This record gives sequence, structure tokens and C-alpha cells, in this order.
Amino acid sequence: MTVETSEVHALAIPGADAPIHPLWVRITHWTNAIAIVMMIGSGWQIYDASPLFRFTFPSAITLGEWLGGALLWHFAAMWLLVVNGLVYITLGIATGRFRRKLFPIRPADVWADLVAALRGKLSHADLSVYNAVQKLLYLGIILTGVVIVLSGLSIWKPVQYQELTALFGGYDAARYVHFFAMSTIVGFLVVHITLAAIVPKSLRAMIIGR
Amino acid sequence: MSRVRKAIPGVDTKLLIKDAAKLLPQPSRRLFLRGAASLGALVALTGCDIVNEESAENALRVISRFNDRVQAFMFHPDKLAPTYPESAITRPFPFNAYYSEDEAPEVDRDSYKLEIAGMVDNKTPWTLDQLYALPQVSQITRHICVEGWSAIGKWSGTPLKDFLARIGADTRANYVYFICAEGYSTSIDMPTALHPQTQMTFKFADEILPRKYGFPMKIRMPTKLGFKNPKHVVSLVVTNDFRGGYWEDQGYNWFSGS
Repeated sequence: MTVETSEVHALAIPGADAPIHPLWVRITHWTNAIAIVMMIGSGWQIYDASPLFRFTFPSAITLGEWLGGALLWHFAAMWLLVVNGLVYITLGIATGRFRRKLFPIRPADVWADLVAALRGKLSHADLSVYNAVQKLLYLGIILTGVVIVLSGLSIWKPVQYQELTALFGGYDAARYVHFFAMSTIVGFLVVHITLAAIVPKSLRAMIIGR
Repeated sequence: MSRVRKAIPGVDTKLLIKDAAKLLPQPSRRLFLRGAASLGALVALTGCDIVNEESAENALRVISRFNDRVQAFMFHPDKLAPTYPESAITRPFPFNAYYSEDEAPEVDRDSYKLEIAGMVDNKTPWTLDQLYALPQVSQITRHICVEGWSAIGKWSGTPLKDFLARIGADTRANYVYFICAEGYSTSIDMPTALHPQTQMTFKFADEILPRKYGFPMKIRMPTKLGFKNPKHVVSLVVTNDFRGGYWEDQGYNWFSGS
């Protein structure tokens, strides 16, 4: 079934030479990677100034040295993250890539693919087609990106954008939302990077396109 | 930039900035990049050696100045900070400064004078009795610290906007600069100075402003982070010159609007 689908898919695309990931996807992917590393590293240092939980991040893995430095990093890298993210989402919608790659997502498929993956029987031979679990994760992480930017904006501007802050349950609640969105992204990265390491050609495809 | 540390009558001049160092890395003005394993990965990733600390820090400061302009653009002069009922007040209200509570400046009530300088018609200093005689309003607003925590308090005093009108300040000037008893300083943009909730505060929770919260006068601005709300203010300067401030000079974003 999977094989048939991918054959149809391959035939449907004019120009068999088309890369698995077009150039704009690869550029925005790696730009985002740089931005997110800077945002998380500096965000951890900012968190340490007033921790929400009974732990802090060791300074060896944070960026910025002290609160003031971390804030400078955070509010510089945010431009990279947001501008790049807007380009990515705009092109993802405009080119139809999101619709093609991420939809439809059927719960039954997600379950079947999850079981198959956990048994080690999920094929990822055709990198141009995402299984249902991948679709769900990629869509989820895009939405998490939207949440982390909006919650960040509501922490940064709780007076000017107080309606947005109220949407997150107020200033203090928005800090927790921002933190949990970060945690979700870090969790995603652990899985994402592990799988990319297990399937090296997927990493190659994200670099050279095929 | 050097801070103003001139002796002020009625102020214990020993209470200077010595403890600020406790909060800062050593040395404080560089090293934003140290201890950043993540940055090492970044360098490996991009293959470019951006770890030239001085140029990286300069770039970050340039972006921070750009962010000042963005925030000035985002700032709505008439948008009020949310206000809260008395029941929402945080008790006890946290003390926070770059010195410990028992090191807070002690300002003598009787010899205190608020000095006025810069682009102002009437530069006569104000005694505390004269200041207390000004019409007062109260606000219950959220104080948000640059560190991330927040607390709700009640402050009473006279709107800075009215005071500026009273002394004949040129409100076309770019900045209002504040100097505090122990040498702290900060400066704000004129639109924030004229914001209806920006207040010369004489009372906290309906009591005379206690020493730990800035006796005899602080400037309360619910549209800015806590460190932009100076305590123990002894001097007000209306100026077109950008003068930064105590924390701003060390790297905190200057505008720091909420």
C-alpha cells in the first residue's frame, strides 16, 4: 500500500528530478535551527533569573552569561525566528506544500503508523512522503511555534497587547505557556534529531535536497 | 558612561553602588558569549566564527537600540495598563534592588529637595511638603520585573504629566532623566513620561512610601519594567541628550516597555 502510494505520488509530480525538499524549505529549516538554538539557550538563562519550578538550567548550556546578556540574545534572535517563520508558513501555504505533505491526518492512520513505528516496522524508504505520525508531529510543531511566539509577545508586551496576554490567562500564566511550549519544542527536537541520525539520508535530503 | 554620584544633602553617601557587582558576572561588561555550549554547536553548524566577543556584543547592542525604536512604535500613549481590585494586591510586596533591604538609601525628610534641570521654565527645587501638597491619584497595577516575576501593588501620587506642565517642561524634548539618592539613574522617552499612569509616587499601599520602596519619591510606570521605575528620586532632568541609565548601560534594553 505504501509502495503504491509513493509510486502514484512520484508519477504525479512533473519533473522526476524535483528535490525532496525545495531550496526554500532547506534554507528556512536551517535558519530556524540556528534561531531556535539561540532562543532556547538564551531563554534558559532568562528563566534562571526567576525560575518557575524548583530547578534552573546550568550555565554551561545557556546563552548570554547573565540576564542582561541573555535578553539581548533573545530579543535579537526573535527577529530571525519570526521573520524566517513567517516566510516558511507563507510559502508552505502558498505553494500547497503544507496541504500536500501534512494533510489529511486520520486518527486511525496515526495509530496504525505509531504501532508500526514502535515495532520497528515503519518504512521511511520514500522520504518525500510523510507517515501519519510524522504529519501529526510536523503540524504540531508548527502550531507550537505559533504558540511560543504569541505567548512570548504577550510576556514582552502585557500592556500594549493586554488582550493577547488575557487570552493566555494573564501575564503569569503566559510565562508557563511559554515555558511548556519550549519544553514541547525540546521534546520534539530530541525525537527529530534522533530519527535524523538513524536515517542519515533524511539529513542529507535536508541539506542537498535529495 | 559614568554615573552621576554627586553628594546630595540628606543622603548617606556611603550607600553607593558597591553591591551591584553581586548581581553581575565578572567582569560584567563583556563575556555575553561564555559558557554557551549551544553557541559552540552553532559555530560548528554554520562554520563561521562569530565568537569575536566584542563585535558580537556590539551587534547585540545595535539590535537592542533597534528594538527601542520598535517598542516606541508599539507604544500607544493612551493605552492604560490593566488595573486590579485591592484584593489582588500582592502581600507582602517583594523588595527588589541591587542592594539588600537594610542597605536601602536613607533620605532625610527635612533636607530632601527634588532638583529640576534641563529644558524646564521653573527650576526651583521642590521640598517634600510642596510635593505632598500636589493633587494625588492612586493606581493598583502590576509591577513586572525584568527577571520575569510580577507583583500587584497600590501606588499613590501625582501624574508626572501634570507635574511637567506645572514646572513648564518642554514636552517636545526626547527624554526625562532621573537621578536617585544613591546614584542610580534611568531615563525614559517623553511619550511614556506623559502617559496618564506615569506617576510621581509618594505612597505605597496608602502609607508614606517606606524606605525600602523608595522614600520619599519613586516614579511609577506600569508601562515599563520595574528597573525603569526609579526609587529615591532626587533629580529630574528634561533633555534631548540620551543618557541611558544604571542598568541600561550594562546591557538591559533601554526602552523596556511592557
